[in-house]
Amino acid sequence: MAEKKSRTKRRFREEPGDRIFRGLTLGTSVFVILLLIGFVLLLLSDSGESIVKFGLGFLTTSDWNPVETEVNKVAFGALPFIFGTVVTSVIALLLATPIALGSALFVSEYAPKWIGQPIAFIIELLVAIPSVAYGLWGLFVLVPFMRNVVDPFLQGTLGKIPVLGLLFAGPPQGQDLLTAGVILAIMIIPTILSLSREIITQVPKLQKEGMLALGATKWEVLSKAVLPFARGGIIGAAMLGLARAIGETMAVTMVIGNSSTKITPSLFTPGYTIASAISNQFTEADTPMYFSAVVELGLVLLLVASLFNVISRILVNNMAKLPGGAKA
Amino acid sequence: MSDAFAHSPKSLERGELRKLLRRQAMDVFMTVLASLLAVLAVSILFTIFGHILVNGFASLNLDFFTQIPKPYGETGGGIAQAILGTLVMLALAGLVAIPIGVGTAIYLSEFGRGRFAATVRFCLELLAEMPSIVVGVFVWAVLVRNVTGYSGISGAAALVVIMLPIIAKSVEEILHLVPDSLRESALALGTPKWRVVFKIVIPTVLPGILTGIVLAMARAAGETAPLLLTALGNSFFNLDLTKPMAAIPLQIYNYAISPYDDWHQKAWGATLILIVVVAVFSAAVRFYTRSKKIEIR
Repeated sequence: MAEKKSRTKRRFREEPGDRIFRGLTLGTSVFVILLLIGFVLLLLSDSGESIVKFGLGFLTTSDWNPVETEVNKVAFGALPFIFGTVVTSVIALLLATPIALGSALFVSEYAPKWIGQPIAFIIELLVAIPSVAYGLWGLFVLVPFMRNVVDPFLQGTLGKIPVLGLLFAGPPQGQDLLTAGVILAIMIIPTILSLSREIITQVPKLQKEGMLALGATKWEVLSKAVLPFARGGIIGAAMLGLARAIGETMAVTMVIGNSSTKITPSLFTPGYTIASAISNQFTEADTPMYFSAVVELGLVLLLVASLFNVISRILVNNMAKLPGGAKA
Repeated sequence: MSDAFAHSPKSLERGELRKLLRRQAMDVFMTVLASLLAVLAVSILFTIFGHILVNGFASLNLDFFTQIPKPYGETGGGIAQAILGTLVMLALAGLVAIPIGVGTAIYLSEFGRGRFAATVRFCLELLAEMPSIVVGVFVWAVLVRNVTGYSGISGAAALVVIMLPIIAKSVEEILHLVPDSLRESALALGTPKWRVVFKIVIPTVLPGILTGIVLAMARAAGETAPLLLTALGNSFFNLDLTKPMAAIPLQIYNYAISPYDDWHQKAWGATLILIVVVAVFSAAVRFYTRSKKIEIR
């Protein structure tokens, strides 16, 4: 029915100008789709050599030897980079989520509007800082701070606990996985904050007022009405933060050390993330196989970041469909 | 909660009183915690801005804006070639990304429905969140490898890929703000759709559209990773788009990872310039938008 209607409309009413207009804008939309398809196809074809040769072993082995030496054969196993990405993004998520969520609750529930809104605006300004600026700050301010203050402190306290202490073993160097995780946390705070703030304001007012009327405290309202309602969306916000942390390149490259491909439990070891490995090694990749392996890193990065992005969208969109969700 | 006390103090037994106090203590604790977390987030921002401002300001002078870098050991020199490179590549990228992005946005808001439009939106989401280094790898493989070599034009192409989805997404959102009644009244007068879009829809929300475009350009201005694999950077003035071109973020990166204190100092200066440019652009557009805001009802 609808199709028939639009067809008649097109035949009788669409003028030549409109047809051209629709064609042009349709063309740009098709370009967008082709661009994404092009991305995936090109990365697939350029990493083909490495995919065929190493298969899944690329993701599960940890020898990354681009150059043949007496001891090592040429091999490309991306596990150390994957490990670095997982460790740094988990640290980032663990640090950023409570700060972002607490700030979101503060600006939208606790603070009066005239305080809350400027604060939210200021925190969201963090998004506007380019990642190379975070890298610079990280390299010259955060790295020394971590090396001289935070790392020794962690070693002196948590480092003394058996098992857990392994995370903080070794001499603090500043340029390590932990520092990379901290800079990532700072970078994703505004992402998580602004999305979860949007979601928290979608909680129907009636539910909050209902609980208040029953004599609940503010925190009881938040923990029993607001947060359960917003849970899915907040997890979605965190997932978007995670996707950004996984893909972040410059800031991490500048503080993570980029020197060791060993996997150790200590957060005080320098390492690589997938993204920093690409940026460091892309121009060095002088053999076809080396190049192909670096491009496959890019492919892995694209797939993982997109996956978390999609999960995040689904969770957040589900929120919008809930009763009262669309109104805010 | 003091109402609960007033209600009937006598009926409150000791246990209930303790419970009430505990609930209130928890409430106070969480209030303080949330406030502290917000203060922490804000102070992180101020710390970063403070360092950039103080360190950056120290290295600013007129030469910084007008001279090209001097080799290590010589004092003075600036980043004029990087400022020029960033402006050239941004302008070029804008020329391509703005029409395509706005076109896509118009298609989605004025014509798009069903599965095709959903696919386009999905692609835009994925492109917008694409790790920027992957954009660099892509443009390297498409252009740098066989066609252009490391060049300004490939750098601009990388910025197009960064800007395009941001523009398309934000402009589409803005176009949806235009009430259908406006479109319908114009259409009812027999106006062709393309004229409705250009004469009614776009003018109604032009400030918003400009905001979206400027924010996308601001974001592109700070991108480093894709330029590393495409524009490469250059220490000399260069307007030849087929040769490697300098950019402010590339300059910051190269100075930052160098071993020289003088260059570190210059990296702070360049960062300050970059952030000020980005902030001024965003603030200007926000101010303009606010002053021209049209009431849509």
